[in-house]
Amino acid sequence: MPPAHSTAKAANRPMIEMRDLNKWYGDFHVLKDINFTVGSGQKVVICGPSGSGKSTLIRCVNRLEEHQQGQLIVDGIELTNDIKNIEAIRREVGMVFQQFNLFPHLTVLENLTLAPIWVRKVPKKEAEEAAMHFLNRVHIPEQALKFPGQLSGGQQQRVAIARSLCMKPNIMLFDEPTSALDPEMIKEVLDVMIELANEGMTMVCVTHEMGFARTVADSIVFMDKGEIVESAPPTEFFAKPKSERTRLFLSQILGH
Amino acid sequence: MAAPNVVTADTATESSFARTPAIRWVRQNLFSNWFNTAVTLALAYMILKGLYSFASWAVFNAVWTVEGTDTRPCREMSGVGACWAVIGEKHRFILFGIYPFDEQWRPLLAIFLFLGLYVVSAMRAFWNRWLAVIWAVGLTLIGALMWGGVFGLTYIENERWGGLPLTLILATFGIALAFPLSIFLALGRRSNLPAIRALSIVYIELIRGVPLITLLIMASVMFPLFLPEGVSIDKLLRAQVAIILFSAAYLAEVVRGGLQAIPKGQFEAADSLGLSYWQKTAKIILPQALQLVIPPLVNTFIGLFKDTSLVLIIGLFDLLTSAKGALLEPAWLGFGVEVYFFVSVIYFAFCFAMSRYSQNLEVELATGHKH
Repeated sequence: MPPAHSTAKAANRPMIEMRDLNKWYGDFHVLKDINFTVGSGQKVVICGPSGSGKSTLIRCVNRLEEHQQGQLIVDGIELTNDIKNIEAIRREVGMVFQQFNLFPHLTVLENLTLAPIWVRKVPKKEAEEAAMHFLNRVHIPEQALKFPGQLSGGQQQRVAIARSLCMKPNIMLFDEPTSALDPEMIKEVLDVMIELANEGMTMVCVTHEMGFARTVADSIVFMDKGEIVESAPPTEFFAKPKSERTRLFLSQILGH
Repeated sequence: MAAPNVVTADTATESSFARTPAIRWVRQNLFSNWFNTAVTLALAYMILKGLYSFASWAVFNAVWTVEGTDTRPCREMSGVGACWAVIGEKHRFILFGIYPFDEQWRPLLAIFLFLGLYVVSAMRAFWNRWLAVIWAVGLTLIGALMWGGVFGLTYIENERWGGLPLTLILATFGIALAFPLSIFLALGRRSNLPAIRALSIVYIELIRGVPLITLLIMASVMFPLFLPEGVSIDKLLRAQVAIILFSAAYLAEVVRGGLQAIPKGQFEAADSLGLSYWQKTAKIILPQALQLVIPPLVNTFIGLFKDTSLVLIIGLFDLLTSAKGALLEPAWLGFGVEVYFFVSVIYFAFCFAMSRYSQNLEVELATGHKH
């Protein structure tokens, strides 16, 4: 059985390290002096109002966004402009998007096997076996030969998670994975994510699902206006938030 | 959807004929009231009259054969009946140009080889490595037939090639080589590398900005001036290159349109999986982009197919030029309508086949992801 990760033992080895990270879009200072570390096997939830830079932050981790200042080390490799480093990091880091971003012209199975075959050079048969294994884990093996357009949103997002897992990543990034889903489909995706967390995967998740954060997260990071305002374990974060901005945010999203 | 108010128990007494969907459609759309009925009848009269006039010219009053080049029977029917005798007499010149008469079975066979290649290429079962092998073999055979000089065939220089095979050669190589070139140009125009982007833009804008005729004339007249003494490049090859370069510039913009329609998320998903630029482009982006632009691509292919006739400007005998040439003989002067009708049918057959095929392909490739 293919293990999704093999680093649960070295629990404190840092998988993601950001030191004084800064990023601008033109004049707009979107990330300000970010210092942020995720240890191996840790689950971090990032929340904050829209435009706070939380998506940008995790998109820096696999270089979908470029940072202009500071240091970013992922799984021991420093991110520079060197395309070799970038591709090496992308192989180790899985990402799940708000809009799923499945490849619509390929079947579910082909979506899952494409990167293992072409990037990891896994033989086709082996890649298909692994793909079926992960489809089983996200509970939709029967959809293997369908096209993404024939699946519901929740199913598509679970395929997207399985697609990332097929690359056997050490880190999984989730960028608002349930925000585009109808309410009745959110649970099936969160359940898969909780299972993944319980297996020891290192996870960084941008989400407003506070129930998920409470059960799963080792720490919750609150961002506002490009800064990390507060970072604390869930019990502390919800019970006694230190900053006024955090309290305001929590009252807004928990209020209804 | 069935219209329940039409088919009810009350109308069950009507004959089953009157209840077929076709009859119902006709009643509802063509004869729903007196005005529609009047318009329908008037148009039907005009259409039938037009068809009858055409049929009497093309069939009933047509002259199918004449004795030798005695075209008097044709001239007597001028304006009343078509003179198809000109096609019977001249079809070999129209189809094969000035290729030696006794050897014309060779270009005929070449035409069938081309048709075979098109059919094989259209079948998705052959979309693999074998297709390249089939084309290599097919084109080698066509080359051997047209040129000769092997297998005991007499050598025919390509200045004597003409007619339909020449048109097919120009169009086939034109499409087969301009299309890949256009993909690179389109990718180049979106490249992050400034030099490649600039080169692609300059190429596309420069070539697209001049008429094909100018390129053909430059290729045939000016280009040789720049070559050293004694070096010459075949006229057909020069025309072929001009057609390829010209079409590639047009096609590049079509392909770029497709590339721009691909959502950013597709690029990001491919990147996040660690695919390299070329893997991402070949496996994720291009298959989707090209599928999106099948209609304008085929539009350009059809345009290219017909634009090959512009090579007449530099003295190559393509299908249309041969047709004009067939009319130069004094006995057959003035039967242009029949000859042009004949070549139009040939052009139409190829272009319509392309169009129909592309429509089927669109349906076949759709995977139900249209938003």
